[in-house]
Amino acid sequence: MVLDSFDALKDLYEEKRSFTRRIVMATLLCLLMVCLLIARLGDLQLLQHEYFSTRADDNRMRVVAMPPVRGLIYDRNGTLLAQNRPSFDLEVTRDQVDNLDALLATLAPVMNLTPGDLARFKDRARKTPRYRGVALKTNLTPAEVAAFEINRFAFKGVDIQAGLSRTYPLGAEASHLIGYVGGISEAEFSKLDERQYQGINLIGKLGIEKSHEEELRGTPGARIVEANAAGRPLRELEQRPGAPGRNLYLTLDAKLQQVAEAALGDLDGAVAAIDPQTGEVLALVSKPGFDPEPFVGGISNRQYRELLNDPGRPLYNRALQGTYPPGSTIKPFMSFAGLAFDEAGMDTHAFCSGTYYLPNTTRKYRCHKRSGHGTVDMRSAMARSCDVFFYQLAQGLGIDRINKALGNFGFGRATGIDIPHERNGLLPSREWKTRARKETWFPGETLNIGIGQGYWQVTPLQMAQATARLAMRGGGFEPHMVHAYEDPITGTVTGVTPTPLPPFDGERPKDFESVISTMESVMHEPGGTAYRVGRDAPYRIAGKTGTAQVAGLSQTEDDVPTLDSTPKHLRDHAWFMAFAPIDKPRIAIAVLAEHAGHGGSVAAPVARQVMDQYLLGKVIYATVTLPATLDAASGEDSTEFDGYVAPEERTTSTPVAAPRVAPPMITIPAQAPGAPKPAAAGDSPADAVEAPNPEAGFVAPAVAPPRTGDAGERAPPDDEHPEPPAP
Amino acid sequence: MSSALTPTPHTPSATWSERLLKLHIDVWLVGLLAAVGCMGLAVLYSASGGSANEVFAQFQRLVLGFVVMITLAQVPPDYYRAGAPWFYGAACVLLVLVLVLGDHAKGAQRWLDLGVLRFQPSEMMKLAMPMMVAAWLHGRPLPPGWRDVLMTLALIGLPSSLVVVQPDLGTCLLIMAAGGFALYLGGLSWRWIVGAAAAIAAAAPLLWYRLHDYQRNRVLTFLDPESDPLGTGYHITQSKIAIGSGGAFGKGLLNGTQAKLDFLPEAHTDFIFAVLAEELGMIGVLALLCLYVAIVGRGLFIAMRGHDSFQRLLAGALSLTFFIYVFINMGMVMGLMPVVGVPLPLFSYGGTSAVTLLAGFGMLMSIHTHRKLLTS
Repeated sequence: MVLDSFDALKDLYEEKRSFTRRIVMATLLCLLMVCLLIARLGDLQLLQHEYFSTRADDNRMRVVAMPPVRGLIYDRNGTLLAQNRPSFDLEVTRDQVDNLDALLATLAPVMNLTPGDLARFKDRARKTPRYRGVALKTNLTPAEVAAFEINRFAFKGVDIQAGLSRTYPLGAEASHLIGYVGGISEAEFSKLDERQYQGINLIGKLGIEKSHEEELRGTPGARIVEANAAGRPLRELEQRPGAPGRNLYLTLDAKLQQVAEAALGDLDGAVAAIDPQTGEVLALVSKPGFDPEPFVGGISNRQYRELLNDPGRPLYNRALQGTYPPGSTIKPFMSFAGLAFDEAGMDTHAFCSGTYYLPNTTRKYRCHKRSGHGTVDMRSAMARSCDVFFYQLAQGLGIDRINKALGNFGFGRATGIDIPHERNGLLPSREWKTRARKETWFPGETLNIGIGQGYWQVTPLQMAQATARLAMRGGGFEPHMVHAYEDPITGTVTGVTPTPLPPFDGERPKDFESVISTMESVMHEPGGTAYRVGRDAPYRIAGKTGTAQVAGLSQTEDDVPTLDSTPKHLRDHAWFMAFAPIDKPRIAIAVLAEHAGHGGSVAAPVARQVMDQYLLGKVIYATVTLPATLDAASGEDSTEFDGYVAPEERTTSTPVAAPRVAPPMITIPAQAPGAPKPAAAGDSPADAVEAPNPEAGFVAPAVAPPRTGDAGERAPPDDEHPEPPAP
Repeated sequence: MSSALTPTPHTPSATWSERLLKLHIDVWLVGLLAAVGCMGLAVLYSASGGSANEVFAQFQRLVLGFVVMITLAQVPPDYYRAGAPWFYGAACVLLVLVLVLGDHAKGAQRWLDLGVLRFQPSEMMKLAMPMMVAAWLHGRPLPPGWRDVLMTLALIGLPSSLVVVQPDLGTCLLIMAAGGFALYLGGLSWRWIVGAAAAIAAAAPLLWYRLHDYQRNRVLTFLDPESDPLGTGYHITQSKIAIGSGGAFGKGLLNGTQAKLDFLPEAHTDFIFAVLAEELGMIGVLALLCLYVAIVGRGLFIAMRGHDSFQRLLAGALSLTFFIYVFINMGMVMGLMPVVGVPLPLFSYGGTSAVTLLAGFGMLMSIHTHRKLLTS
């Protein structure tokens, strides 16, 4: 018993010792685990503290953008061209809506929601947090706002949000130039600096709105707010002010733009007018235009397709994207090249028999006047636009010297105007042909280049700029659209200093004066191709008409197609370039009318009206409907000038005493048969229009139909060219 | 020995302790537990977004818990030993009932609605398990022979399997831990322990396939929380941000952005530790850890001085289980282990766990204050 209890005691003692060992081990293990916890704690709270602090701030801080107000666009006189207008958008906050589908179904008939609206809404909704409103329909009309307001009680979570939209008071008259803003596309978004577009929905898409996006946009401000996990802002931590966009004063004269636009009438074409003293662009019209405003709210697919498929191609900016052969408007520059290289002088003569041949060849290079101009010098060749004189000049100069001299005037490269998508055009050269066509240059091609045909591609803006350089006797400035910037807060106006262009290499002032005097003859001497337009002008104009050939004529084809019998897309383009006044040039202008016929009768009157408006403040020139019959006046003119008769002179009762502002009414004589063969100059229909044909084919302008290799070319009839042909 | 049992009446503090001891209250435990409770209430106030209601509700539960604790302390340990099988049996029956008619909450069947009272029998088992194992091993020669070990394992295995199918893996592990600790303290041979560890390692792949999707996700998330920062990894990512951004000194009470702005999920319950770490920093966490370590230390001290096997094993198992609670919760919130639903003891909002834990401490105090001389 004693032993038993002793054993029991001993066991108890053993048990206690064993237990204590176990407790000690467990304690040690616990302490080890505590150390592990502390180590982890030190890692998170001490070593990685900065990292997690940043993560915590990223969690809680939200930047709420305060979009800047976009800058306004004015013309040079302060006329508004683009402004912000309050707009009303219908927004749905999904957070507050119980049944979205039911809501949309009941809302659709009230607000005239289209399936497109709903599709766009669903698209936007996917990218927007639920507590934020999503636009369901933008740019509500007042009637739609009212319709919603009376039914508002029925639509919980739907609200009208006021914002700013963009309007263009000039509408289609300056749509290419000013451009428009529109929703930021995915492609644009991937390229832009996101910080600069916080809260901004619209971006410049075209024209000034695009090229001056940076200045117009401004800098978004931001509110840093603390937001909870659901993203709902709870309090403001900080405000970072932004800056509104700058207002732009364009060089454009809105009135002039409107006059030019109206002067073009129904014609498709372009007008570019530049102040040669500064390079400021005064007017830049491309017709037809389009209404920019549908683009702002997001144009519908149907509307957009209509614009794209419109045969008039209204979206295309003819003033700087349209490239055309310059036709005879290149002749002043050719003359300058001849004088500058001492290849020709004012007394250089040529005999025009109506046809020109390269030595030892039989291919005919025809003057537009088949019967020939007889003996011409530089002045009369310019005034009457004799092709033979310039064939001879071009042959003498050779393509390389032509290329060098004309390159000085800016042909073949974009003028660098601050409007996007300008084209370079093409100044033909031996190198270009080798590179692009893998062919050598043929001498015959040089002759075509000399009269502004062949590979030439010139934009109306380039022509205006080249004219401005001529006007400035080799000086001149880069063409630009912005006259001044205005800070909308301080009202500080910062002017834009024109960038002078580098002078020509070794130019001689007298060469410019010579060329300009021949251009003066075009306008102010009887027999000049634009005499009818220039004769009553109270200021002196230097100008040149041009008719750019679109379709070719075979070498043997003698009949000149009539304007009426030719499909419209194959008719010639009418060109005119001029500057005025001659002694102190204030405006240089180029006019192009697509498929409109002769430069003197179609393009020159447009330019004259624009120059009147700019120089006189009103249009005193007026055009009249041209009767198809001869009248006395034309005979008079024709006798005065070397037997030459400008077609319009013959067929028009020219002088219009009463000045009036009117869009030109140009009628091409309808009954071709009677009209043409005027008594004048004895041109027979047979040789009236024939064209040069280079040995190696001739490049027609972009719109020309495909030609076969041996097809001939119809010579570009200039305006002087008598007329409307027989059927 | 006797001096420890009969406190010397010469100092005023001794008088105090003596008086409280007669009321079966251990000053150390009550003081430490109350300190943790108060700290918990302060952090809860912040975590619940300054809700006085929630703090008051939690305060009421803590008071209830303390009342339960002190009440249970009045009962001599022998009664617990005698009652252990009945209590254990009742808990097992209730667990079966839960499976048959329990309420579903959060996808698991854990609750039993008794009309007046809804409670989780698994919580009851957290106490019943160590009691049962301690009572079973009491009076048997220790270290236990293999028969006793097998019997003990069966006692542990039955309720654990009932809990794991609810499914409630966290509680199951805690129940197994409570029984396991008692067995370990009873002197379980190391061979058994090593063998069991090997067996678990071998069974792990099998276990993996038995896990529910959400449980598997928790493990995967634990391994790479950032792999799915908005899904299953969200909890752990956000709690790490909260802890890390707290730094050494914290953002200050009520200034924690992670909790206040709802980035931290379960901020006032399972993840309240992250709120503490964010607002009071490493200093605050270390203070709390000291309190917990002191509580566990006091518990183990009581266990060492336990009178018989039952007292020692029960007190030891309860103390170690308490530590495991703390470790698992902190470990999971800090991303040291997968997320299992274990609250931070006496800190997380919620009544059941606090009352259960305090009831356990009631038994500890009973063991401490009902000591008699070995030879009387």
